[in-house]
Amino acid sequence: MLRQLEGSRAVALAVAACRPQVVCAYPITPQTHIVEGVGELVKSGELAGCEFINVESEFAAMSVAIGASAAGSRAYTATSSQGLLFMIEAVYNAGGLGLPVVMTLANRAIGAPINIWNDHSDAMAVRDAGWVMLFAESNQEATDLHIQAFRLAEDLSLPVMVNMDGFVLTHATERIDVPTQEQVDAFLPPFEPRQVLDPADPVTIGALVGPEAFTEVRFLAHAKQLQAIGRIGEVADEFARSFGRRSGGLVNSYRAEDAEVVVVALGSILGTIKDVADEMRERGTKVGVVGISSFRPFPLEALHEAIGDARRVVVIERAFSTGFGGVLSTDVALAIADARARISTVVAGLGGRAVPEATIAAVIEDAMADRLEALRFVDLDEGVVARELARMAGDRRSGPSAENVLRDLRTVASRSV
Amino acid sequence: MTATQKVKFYQVGSFAVGNRLLEADQRTVQADVSRNNTITSGHRACQGCGEALGARYVLDAAMRATAGKLVAVNATGCLEVFTTPYPESSWQLPWVHSLFGNAAAVATGVAAGLKAQGRGDIRVLAQAGDGGTVDIGFGCLSGMFERNDDVLFVCYDNQAYMNTGVQRSGATPSAARTATTEAVGPEPGNAFGQGKDMATLAMAHGIDYVATATVSDLHDLEAKVERAMEFHGARYLHVLVPCPLGWGSNSSDTIRVARLATESGLFPVYEAEHGSVTAASPIRHRVPVEDYLRLQRRFRHLFDSQGAVKRPDIVGRLQQMANRNIDRFGLLTNEVA
Repeated sequence: MLRQLEGSRAVALAVAACRPQVVCAYPITPQTHIVEGVGELVKSGELAGCEFINVESEFAAMSVAIGASAAGSRAYTATSSQGLLFMIEAVYNAGGLGLPVVMTLANRAIGAPINIWNDHSDAMAVRDAGWVMLFAESNQEATDLHIQAFRLAEDLSLPVMVNMDGFVLTHATERIDVPTQEQVDAFLPPFEPRQVLDPADPVTIGALVGPEAFTEVRFLAHAKQLQAIGRIGEVADEFARSFGRRSGGLVNSYRAEDAEVVVVALGSILGTIKDVADEMRERGTKVGVVGISSFRPFPLEALHEAIGDARRVVVIERAFSTGFGGVLSTDVALAIADARARISTVVAGLGGRAVPEATIAAVIEDAMADRLEALRFVDLDEGVVARELARMAGDRRSGPSAENVLRDLRTVASRSV
Repeated sequence: MTATQKVKFYQVGSFAVGNRLLEADQRTVQADVSRNNTITSGHRACQGCGEALGARYVLDAAMRATAGKLVAVNATGCLEVFTTPYPESSWQLPWVHSLFGNAAAVATGVAAGLKAQGRGDIRVLAQAGDGGTVDIGFGCLSGMFERNDDVLFVCYDNQAYMNTGVQRSGATPSAARTATTEAVGPEPGNAFGQGKDMATLAMAHGIDYVATATVSDLHDLEAKVERAMEFHGARYLHVLVPCPLGWGSNSSDTIRVARLATESGLFPVYEAEHGSVTAASPIRHRVPVEDYLRLQRRFRHLFDSQGAVKRPDIVGRLQQMANRNIDRFGLLTNEVA
């Protein structure tokens, strides 16, 4: 049934329909509305048989989820940014133990400087934690991906993280088809793990594994991720059959078949990029778009196929690896290593900066004209940066970057100096 | 023990009553041939390990108290390492280890998960060393206490990070030598005026049951575990477990050192319910603190080669700490101050 809902509310309803048995909550913007929504559904009795636990930190949130999952319960939590970093030890632990916890990551920048708005720095920080990492383009997809996430997690014995852009999606109200309880029950069987903490059949979970067996355990974690490449597509297909619409999968291609330039991206920015592609195609430029729904496991083959023979590939990233460049781009480059495409990384939309259509269009035009550098930060205030770089060149004294910029402008702690 | 007992059945050198002289239902769980052996033989603990001994008594007592319906959650540390050298395991109960600092939260999750499945009859025991309790695990532990989750948390306190090579923790006593508080300089060993009184901190959370114990009185330790399992909600048991490696004591002296810790007053043994002390174990043969310190190489810098006190100032301060414990808990009068 179509309803006008905030994205977070729709996700809360979808999570509740998956009948989680333990949900742990710790507030962090912009994720809070999701766990608030689930908490209300538990408190009202609409979500029965669920323990809702207000924990004292994100580290505890993931730890509670680990305990609940090891005890055989379906566990869910949500976080963002600093919260994800605070729980990162437990994130890796859930991945290593192969516990099918599902978590929403409302993508947000990482400080310092502290910033509550959207980018993908948080997700990139846990790229190698052993989780399946799905990215939603829209709130409908975010809603649907959570239902697929529980299914995938429990089929594969892997934790699954559903990434949705903070504010852009979490706080956007739009028309969303929220699946009914009957639909979800038909799609998602009860959680039946192989090994649980049960006095009737005692198991030891989390033993100290030495050099003689560690590599094998780690290899199996990789093999499960490779299995997930097949399973993600199957679950998306099954979802489409059950719910009558497509969501998820490995990659989503848009007008890319005959494209001369393909733009690759993650998340909600894909909507803007598609609009730009439509406009540019009307003017005769063959632009295609490939959205990556599954960032981990990374769909090398599917991406290779989707990019096809395009001569130019532009990867628009809302994150980057300081001192290196693109994160996603590195993976994309590997997928098309045998092609002759020219690949560029465009860093855009950091810390919630808007990425207007004109910016994307300009980047694509530059790519078509072979004017796009290997790495470009778009919409950068060159004046500010140049002034600070010039100062640093003549002054070896250190200091926090944001505050140094202000001091150059003769402002310190809101005082003129 | 019956109150009317007149004859002293004490074993040589101790005040522990021999099991064989007690009624069958009063004997220790360990004396029962059908005990669970929850940590079964073959583990890799050092000779004379106080933690292995304490954990064995705690777990077997908890297993008996719950009729075997028990799950254990372990923090990273010696106990975790020496019991689970993959592919082997000493654990004869469902057991999970996640991280160093999250045992209390994982236990919360296990308890919540079981409750959600309608299996709330299965109880949860979390265990950690002093580092995993008072330092890195403190946040999760305090949260678990505050929510009053149905978990018994047991701290095996050997007063330093032994698994990593004897570094100072927030439970290391003043003046003790560790690898990060070396016995050098004018104030050798760990500083005075630091450290956490974890049992008191647990009491401040207002949880139903808090107790301290040592491996020198194993009957008392078992009784406290059994008492703890009578409550539902957060409970805390702090067990002093000498570490021959880290303390520099003889493996054969583990029980003796633990006993002297209590008989000197340095480690008060007591119980508290709902935030108030309800009972304290009296000191039956008071000893000066140097009797306790002298057996341990971590305090060797306080004595000369003949065993005479070399630093009366420091020993005096430690004696004052013991005296304060004795006054506070009424350890000589058995009256709680």
